[in-house]
Order: sequence, then structure tokens, then C-alpha cells
Amino acid sequence: MCMAPKPWTFLSFPETKTYFAHFDLSSGSRQVQAHGKKLADALTLAVSHLDDLPAALSSLSDLHAHKLKVDPINFKYLSHCLLVTLARHHPGNMNPEVHASLDKFLSYVSNILTSKYR
Amino acid sequence: MVNWTAEEKQIISAIWAKINIEEVGAAALTRLLVVYPWTQRYFSNFGNLSSPTAIEGNPRVKTHGKKVLTSFGEAVKNLDNVKATFDKLSQLHSDKLHVDPQNFKLLGDNLIIVLAATLGKDFTSEAQAAWQKLVGVVAAALSRNYH
Repeated sequence: MCMAPKPWTFLSFPETKTYFAHFDLSSGSRQVQAHGKKLADALTLAVSHLDDLPAALSSLSDLHAHKLKVDPINFKYLSHCLLVTLARHHPGNMNPEVHASLDKFLSYVSNILTSKYR
Repeated sequence: MVNWTAEEKQIISAIWAKINIEEVGAAALTRLLVVYPWTQRYFSNFGNLSSPTAIEGNPRVKTHGKKVLTSFGEAVKNLDNVKATFDKLSQLHSDKLHVDPQNFKLLGDNLIIVLAATLGKDFTSEAQAAWQKLVGVVAAALSRNYH
């Protein structure tokens, strides 16, 4: 299920593809699926460290700041697509309060990942 | 003018025909006020917005949500002329309501999440892409007359 947000992000926000020019972006791409899993695993890690997120995400934060340099807007696009995907798959569970908590969490994670940018 | 493919137009109309405007409108506005509480600044005369439960049960939120989405429907019916369709509404939001245009984006994205929750698997990635484009066009049209 967590593989879904990536291709969706590429379709709704094509500018996000600029970071994956070296990938096969065709439908069903193994590279995209594998990368989606990496993302899902990182979020799973984050969920289990809600009380010390900056520490838990420190090396990922370094990576995004010094190597990947992904423009901050893209974290918003991906977070939004994650929420859309969750809403599609779990409509009964995505009530406004759950949505608010998830949005807050993803926003916080995004902030940490861009916190060392300058 | 916006370039819509025939497929995008078809997707947008098909989804519009499937949804209950009253319910989806109310849900979208409710979500905006719950998920982004600072948006409550525009609704100080709506009564009790003190908790998610209060917001979800607030009759003024429901009525206004329906009003907003009904208005949004004018864009769906006039896809080739959204700018002109919202000319006066844009002026109203700028000069009278003083709404930060960022809120149009927030509401648009919330609407899409409600559509996803409402339609489930029927809300395909192509459907999201078409609707992201539409909410972007509507947001731009509503922002157009700000000065």
C-alpha cells in the first residue's frame, strides 16, 4: 500500500520527477517500488520514535541537506499524496482528527528533513 | 485559457456527478477548520468551533460548506472559462472577506482528500491528477483580482 504514493505524486505533481531522471519511471517500475519501500520504512522508523524524532531522523536529515537537496515544497506534495492514499484505502479511519494528527506528523518529519538546509 | 484534455474533463464531470455536494462540502470545510485551526479566523461568527466534535456538528459549517462547494461547481460547469466565472468572487474574497489566498490551496487539497475517502478505489491516480489541476485553476482564479 505504501508503494502507491510515489507514482501518484509523479502524476499529480510532475515537477517531482525532476529528482528521478535516473530512474525508470514507467508504470510498475521496480526502482520506484523499491524507493517507495525505502520511504515507507523511514516513516515506520519515525512512527516508533515520536518522542525523539530529530535524533532518529538525523542522518536522513544530513542526507537531504548535503546530498539530495530536494526543494522543501516536495515534502508537502508527497505528504499530501500519502494522505490521499491513506484516505482511499482506509476511508473509515481517516476522520478529521486522524487526518489532523497525520498531517501534523508528516509536517514535523518534513521540517526535520529540511532543518539542516541552511 | 487552461488546456484540458477530453479525458480530464470527463473524469472531473464523472466524479462531480457521483458526489453529494452537501455532504462533501460540509466534510471539506470541517476538515479545513480541524486540520488547520488557524483558518477559523475567518469564521468567528460561526458559534462553537472549540473542538473537532463541535466543528463537525456545527450547522453553520455544514451550510457554508455546501455553499462553497456549490460555487465550486460553477468551475466544473465552465472548465473553459474559470477565470471569468470567478471574477466577482475573487474581488469579494480580496476586498471584502480579506482571505489569504493560501487558504484556497488548503481547501482544494482537503477537498481532494475527502473525495479520496468518499470514492475509495474509484478515485484513481488520474482522477487525483485532474482534480489537483482543477483546484489549482480555481485557486488561481480566486486569487486573480487581489491587489
